[in-house]
This record gives sequence, C-alpha cells and structure tokens, in this order.
Amino acid sequence: MPNTTANNFDDWLDLYAQRANTLSVSEVRALFAVVSRPEVVSLAGGMPYVHALPKQTIEDSFKSLMRDRGDLAIQYSGGQGDAKLRDQVRELMALEGIKSSVEDIVMTTGSQHGLELLSGLFIEKGDVVLAEGPSYVGAIGIFRHYEAHIEHVETDNDGLQPEALEETIKRLKAQGRRIKFLYLVPNFANPSGVTLAAKRRARIIELCRKNHILVIEDNPYGLLYFDKKVPNALRSMDENVVYLGSFSKILAPGFRVGYVLAPPAIVQKLVLAQESAILCPSAFSQMLISEYLSKSDWQAQIETFRGVYRERRDAALSAMKEYLPKLSTTKPDGGFYLWITLPDGIDSKAMLPLAVKELVAYTPGTAFYGDGTGQNKLRVCYSFPTPENIKVGIKRLSNVINLQTELQATFGKKGTK
Amino acid sequence: MIPKGKLANKLKIQILAGGISHERDISLKSARRLSDALTEAGATVIIREPDANLLANIKKDKPDVVWPVLHGASGEDGALSDILALSGVPFVGASASAARLAWDKSIAKIIVERSGLQTPPSITLPKDTFRELDADGVLKAVTSSLALPLVVKPARGGSAQGVTIVKKADQLSHAMIDAYVYCDVAIIERLVVGTELAISIIDLGAGPIALPAVEVVPQTGHFGYQERYTAGETQYFVPARLTKAVAEKAAKLAIQAHEALGLRHLSRIDMIVDAKGVPWFLEANVVPGLTETSLLPQAVVAAGHSLGSVYLQLAQAALRSR
Repeated sequence: MPNTTANNFDDWLDLYAQRANTLSVSEVRALFAVVSRPEVVSLAGGMPYVHALPKQTIEDSFKSLMRDRGDLAIQYSGGQGDAKLRDQVRELMALEGIKSSVEDIVMTTGSQHGLELLSGLFIEKGDVVLAEGPSYVGAIGIFRHYEAHIEHVETDNDGLQPEALEETIKRLKAQGRRIKFLYLVPNFANPSGVTLAAKRRARIIELCRKNHILVIEDNPYGLLYFDKKVPNALRSMDENVVYLGSFSKILAPGFRVGYVLAPPAIVQKLVLAQESAILCPSAFSQMLISEYLSKSDWQAQIETFRGVYRERRDAALSAMKEYLPKLSTTKPDGGFYLWITLPDGIDSKAMLPLAVKELVAYTPGTAFYGDGTGQNKLRVCYSFPTPENIKVGIKRLSNVINLQTELQATFGKKGTK
Repeated sequence: MIPKGKLANKLKIQILAGGISHERDISLKSARRLSDALTEAGATVIIREPDANLLANIKKDKPDVVWPVLHGASGEDGALSDILALSGVPFVGASASAARLAWDKSIAKIIVERSGLQTPPSITLPKDTFRELDADGVLKAVTSSLALPLVVKPARGGSAQGVTIVKKADQLSHAMIDAYVYCDVAIIERLVVGTELAISIIDLGAGPIALPAVEVVPQTGHFGYQERYTAGETQYFVPARLTKAVAEKAAKLAIQAHEALGLRHLSRIDMIVDAKGVPWFLEANVVPGLTETSLLPQAVVAAGHSLGSVYLQLAQAALRSR
C-alpha cells in the first residue's frame, strides 16, 4: 500500500485565526453566478438602477476634477476623509433632521466598511449584537466574522417592536450576557422594506440609553421614499446614536463611498482604525462625488430615482397580485425590497435551484437571519430589472412556488433533514 | 506512459464555459485554470460563453479545437456536442451520444452493469411517479428493499448538488425534495461504505489510460459541495491508500466503464471500494472539474506530468480524432 501524504490544498490550516472558520464557500452563492446571464431575471441582488444617472454630468465632474485638482485626487489623503465632502454630507444628513459637525464625520469605503470598523472596535467573541429580525445580510456576515452572538428582535409593519426589544434586553441581561449594540436599518429596511414608525424611535433610543447599549443606525435608503418623507433619523434625537450613510444607493455603489457620524470619542478610534486598516479611503472617489454634488442638481436626481423605483415597486406588487395573490408581502413606501412569506413548510433556500432552472433568482430568507430561521421567507429586489422583467420574474417565481408546493404536498411536511 | 505530443505546435483553443446551470461558477473557475495551463504550454486560448453567439464566435475565432468545460445540462447532456459536431470543429470530450448515456446516472449505471461491473443497487424514480402513487408507501417499500443507509441524488447533475445521505427513514422525504429541485428524476442508491475514489481517464490517442486514483476523505464524512470547493475541508490521497491489487482492479474498472460508455479523450469515474476490496461504480463525469481543488488535475500531477502538457496533448488528440 503506498505511503501517501494527504493534501488538503491548504497548508496554513493550523495558522488561521479561529474566526476564519466563519468563511466558507456556499452553494447558494454559487447559484447566484447565473444571474449575470441575460436570460435570467434577477430579483436577487440589491443593485441600484445606475442607468438612470446623468453619465454626462459624472463625466464632466471627472474632467474638471482631473483638470483642477487631479494631483490631489490621485494622492494619499487623510484618514478621516475629504473635508469638503464631509461638509456636503452634513447637508445631506440635514434632510433627515440631523445636525452635525464635519469633525464628527468619517468617510469610509462604503458604509459596509464603516460597520466593519465599528464591529472591530466593539465586538469581542460571544458579545451580543441586537438586530432586527430579519436584518441586512452584509451586517450579519460582519457580526459572524467577529464571532458575535446575533440576537434578532421581532419586527412588524412598523419596524422593530420596542416591547420585544425590552423583553430581549431583560432576558439577555438576566443570563449575564454582554450586549454591545443594536444595529438597525430604520427606513425601507433590507430585506423587509418596512420603516420604523416615528413613535417607536424615541422609545428604542430610551431603552438603549437606559441599558448602555450603543445604537447603530444604518440608513442607505431613507432618501428613496416614494410619496411621504421618512421620520427624522434616530441620530437627530440623540447625539450618541452612530449613523451610517452611503452614496451607493443615492448615487452609485462603484464609488465605494460611505460615511459614519459618531460621537467624538468613537470618531477618534474610527479614524485610527481606518488608518491602521487602509491608511485612507479613496481620495479620488470622494473628490469625484464632491465635484458631482457641487455641479449637479443631485436632489433632482434622487427624485428621478424615486420615480424609477416607485414604478418598479408598483410593477412588483401588481405582479404579486396577479400571479401570487395568496402570498403575503410587505408593501414598501420606498427602497428596493419586497419581503414575501411562502406557504407553510416551503423552504426558500431549498427551492432556489428550481428557481435557477426556471430562470429567476431571489434571495432566500435564511440569509437575513443569524440563527438559521427565515426558511419560508424570501426577498425580492425590484430596483434593477425593468417593470416588464419584474412581471416575467414574478410569473416564473409563481411557477417555481407551485412546483415546490406540489413537491411538498407529495412528500408531506413530516420528516427531518 | 503518456505519449509525447507536439508541444511546440501553437494550437488555438476556444474554451466554452459558464452557461446557465447550477454549476456555472465551477465551470468558469475550471475554464480559467485550463486557460492558464494551456497558455503556459504555448497554446492561444479564448474563453467564450455558450450563448446565442456560439456559432458566430466559432466562425470569428476560427479555433483549431473547442474545449467545452460546461458542467451540468447543456454541457454534459450531449446537446452542445451535437452542435459542435454539426459545425465541423474538432472538440475535446465525449460525442453527443456517449455524453447522453453518461450524463444520466441511472442509464450509466445500467450500461456499466451490463458490461459486467458492479454498481450499488438502486431505484430510479421520476418525480411524476408520485403523481399517481402513494409517496409514503413507495418510500417505505424502497427503504425496505434497499435497506438504510441510502444515498439520494438527482439522476442528472454534478458537484454533489442535491445529494443527501439518508441514515434514518424519516429523512427520505426531505432528501427526495432536495434531489427533485435539481432534476425531475432521482436515484435512491444503497450507500456503500468504503474508500471513496475518483479515477481520471485520459486518452491521448493510444487508448484510455487510468491516472493514479485520488482518495477522497472529507472532514464531514460527506463529499458535498462545500467539501469539494473549500480548500482545507477535504483530504486527498494520491495515489489512494490501496493495495496494489485493489488499485489495479479499480483502475481496470474505471477504464472498462469509460469504454462501456463510449467516452473519449477524458473522463472521471467515481467509485467506492468496500471493506472487501470490491470497487463499485458510482458515476462517470464527461466534463470533469478542472479547478484548483478538482480531482483530475491532482491525478495528472501525481502521475508526474504537467497540466499544460497533458491538456495540450488532449487538444491535439481531439484535433486528430476529427
């Protein structure tokens, strides 16, 4: 018998940090590879409809930036970010009632990076992070990577329920658990599409203040309302709330520019952490956005986006009514997403291969929970496909759900995995 | 021994990869690795999607050889081979008819069994069967006939997608659903416990030869999707830890299966060797994965060859078998 040595294609297994175990390839992620094919209607990724942007204005901004301040734009910059853009960000946040100083703003590589930096500053293994149930998949990934225990708090059509939050905090404290922060997306949440009611905001802040829990408010969609402006930001009610903002949805994600507004002590640590990790965010992207904001009627552009997404939301809801009338869905007043509840016993993750076969993609509900729940939920994103394709996609989805329901009926709900 | 090819010959090779299948991602990864190796060996390589421009791209690129690296339906079900044959361009891999036989695991098992080889007892059940029959009753009969533990898998598909090992009878219903979301036909097979092997076959023109067997030992005990494509999650032993006699028997079986199915150029035969040293045929892959953790490239390297040299010789063999 040959004396063969095992090869596992990774000679460094004994050297990785334990948190590297939170990273592995996924069959679901692999299935998403098909969404780039034009035959597939993707209702999966939360991609903004960048075709609606004024490309000429962006091109003009690029040209004038390179002509007037090109050398600065392609140089290293400060760890806190471009001062002019931070000042413009103040104006942007003022639209949601926030008063701020440029000193308290840190520009980041997308707000995802802001959340990553905050998680690095606050989370130790086993710490509790409170999040809406369901919550943003990208945030769950970061919290998992830092080995946090993610505790979901129940939500309804008015967002996170303060009573549930109070009960959860009480229960966890009685267990001796250390809660570091509450992470929430209060406006047109990803994935649920719901908005936290104004009357609940003050109560949530009060509960967290009383229990010394940091509130992280992530607000990429707040300006993308369809009819009615969203309530003022939680940050406008309490200067201790950490606010995450982004240009990814109101402009374009390719720039990778986001920002954090935080109390001064946290800002100081964030800047040091950012300098330690990446030295500085991209000066080029920040200055280009600053130039664009100076030269364009950006508020009118956001209004254009509102019109585009309103039409697509309407197309999605109308298709739901036509093809899946028995299923319940949230009815968002802004943002990108519908959150759909499937018939009892249907597992949206298990159903995904069938959907790919039928040339439609969505995001399974379990992606939005850190505890494996959400099997009978799925997220439909209507922001990128045309209204016609949304209709085609939801029609295909209805076929898939019917096929899966038939399978489920054939084999019953009993049994185990 | 691999006969030496004309390595200096500058072949222009068009790789077809991607497609709309559950294994699109793996196909693209395989294509990029194949392209790297062929380029290093001196070939000119173009990677294309098999889309509406398939024939136009062949006309435009004028490749000497096309190499489809499409996993899953349309790549492995023979349809693409038919189109390539019609276009008259030489291509690497099985003919349409052979691919069709191998692609459906239930048919491949019958053919291989008829040629005198052993394959685990199984039952093939199209989804529609259950329209008229009582599912509970059928599954109970299956469990009682084949005996637990069982393996449930889609009849057509790869990368272990939709495959479940069923240890308890109440897991069977879920396993059936998981298989049917990938394919309308499922195979329920008796689980043979033993050494899991993948034997790659290459034929460079002088007849099929078996490369050293790769023994697969997944950490979780099941060689699933994650275990296949995450470095560190599976241990591979090449050559497999088998006695010389068993290794030879397994290699012979693999060549016999390759020939029985009428395959050409390359294939990968998966099998299990039980505690008594008996090899059991599981399935044949007409488009084996060529990613960094795939089994065929490991076997090529273990045989002492460079990937680029062998891939180039396979392309030359395809050119000759036009």
